[in-house]
Amino acid sequence: MTTVALKPATMAQALTRAMRDAMAADPAVHVMGEDVGTLGGVFRVTDGLAKEFGEDRCTDTPLAEAGILGAAVGMAMYGLRPVVEMQFDAFAYPAFEQLVSHVAKTRNRTRGKMSLPITIRVPYGGGIGGVEHHSDSSEAYYMATPGLHVVTPATVADAYGLLRAAIASDDPVVFLEPKRLYWSKDSWNPEEPQTVEPIGRAVVRRTGRSATLITYGPSVPVCLEAAEAARAEGWDLEVVDLRSLVPFDDETVCASVRRTGRAVVVHESGGYGGPGGEIAARVTERCFHHLEAPVLRVAGFDIPYPPPMLERHHLPGVDRILDAVARLQWEAES
Amino acid sequence: MTVMEQRGAYRPSPPPAWQPRTDPAPLLPDAEPYRVLGTEAAAKADPELLRRLYAHVVRGRRYNAQATALTKQGRLAVYPSSTGQEACEVAAALVLQERDWLFPSYRDTLAAVARGVDPVEALTLLRGDWHTGYDPYEHRVAPLSTPLATQLPHAVGLAHAARLKGDDVVALAMVGDGGTSEGDFHEALNFAAVWQAPVVFLVQNNGFAISVPLAKQTAAPSLAHKAVGYGMPGRLVDGNDAAAVHEVLADAVRHARAGGGPTLVEAVTYRIDAHTNADDATRYRGDAEVEAWRDHDPVQLLERELTGRGLLDEAGVAAAREDAEAMAARLRERMNQDPQLDPADLFAHVYAEPTPQLREQRALLEAELAAENESREGTAR
Repeated sequence: MTTVALKPATMAQALTRAMRDAMAADPAVHVMGEDVGTLGGVFRVTDGLAKEFGEDRCTDTPLAEAGILGAAVGMAMYGLRPVVEMQFDAFAYPAFEQLVSHVAKTRNRTRGKMSLPITIRVPYGGGIGGVEHHSDSSEAYYMATPGLHVVTPATVADAYGLLRAAIASDDPVVFLEPKRLYWSKDSWNPEEPQTVEPIGRAVVRRTGRSATLITYGPSVPVCLEAAEAARAEGWDLEVVDLRSLVPFDDETVCASVRRTGRAVVVHESGGYGGPGGEIAARVTERCFHHLEAPVLRVAGFDIPYPPPMLERHHLPGVDRILDAVARLQWEAES
Repeated sequence: MTVMEQRGAYRPSPPPAWQPRTDPAPLLPDAEPYRVLGTEAAAKADPELLRRLYAHVVRGRRYNAQATALTKQGRLAVYPSSTGQEACEVAAALVLQERDWLFPSYRDTLAAVARGVDPVEALTLLRGDWHTGYDPYEHRVAPLSTPLATQLPHAVGLAHAARLKGDDVVALAMVGDGGTSEGDFHEALNFAAVWQAPVVFLVQNNGFAISVPLAKQTAAPSLAHKAVGYGMPGRLVDGNDAAAVHEVLADAVRHARAGGGPTLVEAVTYRIDAHTNADDATRYRGDAEVEAWRDHDPVQLLERELTGRGLLDEAGVAAAREDAEAMAARLRERMNQDPQLDPADLFAHVYAEPTPQLREQRALLEAELAAENESREGTAR
């Protein structure tokens, strides 16, 4: 195999590298989806894979998401390890029946005789100026479906490590890629030995003593920015990046909240029926006697995703997060 | 010189990207369903195959009757009968090699059984003690699919994967007439044709999707005609003529095995029983229609052919029936035993390793069960 002179620096490139390394390590790994071959994907995340591994390993499929995922099920039944790209969050919905009725249930249905190691990559979330149907936060649908792992990276290194873990997993993984972070860069050095992150572990991105911001995916950088801004108000905020929505890392989250005594859940997804409700309930059930204030949520509004010229009003930003932090009953402390 | 003259003469031409496509004529189904039994074609049929098909349809008929009886005795939660459709069920199973794969729908437990799946394991879903009772890899039978047509893309993907690996494997996927209206039917056929996957799609057109007749399901000339739109051959066959179904499917399997790609087969048959034991068919169809189909019965068609040609005598008929009775008696006896249930199984196979949340929930259920046992023991005392 030839070594491509690739210098992954962005999240998109780290994802490409993860698939490339997985494909090189295991001939069972097949990438498939719309425009993933010749074009390299509309976000270029599969760039070069068809050229390097051939079109049988990185395949442009007909434009039909249920067909793509349904075919991936059959391929997985036969021992392959498909990595499916859904082009956008809202374009993954036609595949929902295959996902819910087959991908998520087959292991259980067959008492473990038949597993479906499929990775379903879904670019999700807003903030890129996309027109309607290009910016949904669909994670709550997937979280509500037993049998799926639901993972979302917030850093370049995690994009690599978590995608490798997802592809290696013997369970189906919905891998949500925050599309506005595709072009984000951080200090990840692709030349160093890469770690494969275990699925199901949250990580403390920033330590702090005053309150915990519990977040994931595209909202992680926003929370880190809010935590910096909060210093001016005298708050030292901790930021927990969940990384995995299913399974949920109660341990890391609760350890943080017990330390700080206050928590705000931050995500783009709508608040009603969104992940924040579940997270707030879990934290309250486990950390009630450590809490100085109710767990608050900063979420997208309960509206269809707005047109691009209005989306900034919808997305949780630094100010809205700080306003929530301000409501965490600090009076009692002074 | 006028402007028009400067531009040159206008020459009508087809759109630049347009290319003449493949000729649809060879893909078209015959005008009438292909038949073997009672026709000249029967003389060419292998007598051994006919006898084998006969033994299986007789068993199949008895199996359907037994399973239906088990619903009345409360031993099955529900049973979607394939009475009247045994020719399709049996032919689909017998036409495949051991290495091939069968993708049945919920009505196709008989096909699974005919392929070798243990009947009790095939009925597990319908008894309700688990979802899929058999190991799909043991006989290469995919789990019975209840969501309509969703198993078809699986068959395509599996066949495609096998071909990528260089394995000589054909997938045969079963669906009903109602299922052809589903999007997954369309997507599966399209993928199969584009990928030239070694798949055979068998549509059992049994006239009804629960209560809705075919006329309300499609305006296509026939379901087999749908194949043409995907660029694959469509074949129309008498679904109650086991020899004809077997021959048409065998051709399609051979074609797929040779790299010729998929085929859509429409087998015209009839669901003699109601949709399930919970359905009342008298609300949507008349007795005359059912009686007409009883005269075109798959068991009778084979029996007449075989006895008429001296390939089967009274003793042979009796032996086939005895064999079927013995199968039914064994099935009855085994189904009358209560299945062993372990509630902890509910958590065991959701993921390869239970999540921390599922471990907590399992502990909760175990505590509830312990309390239940304790109070039961207390009452006993």
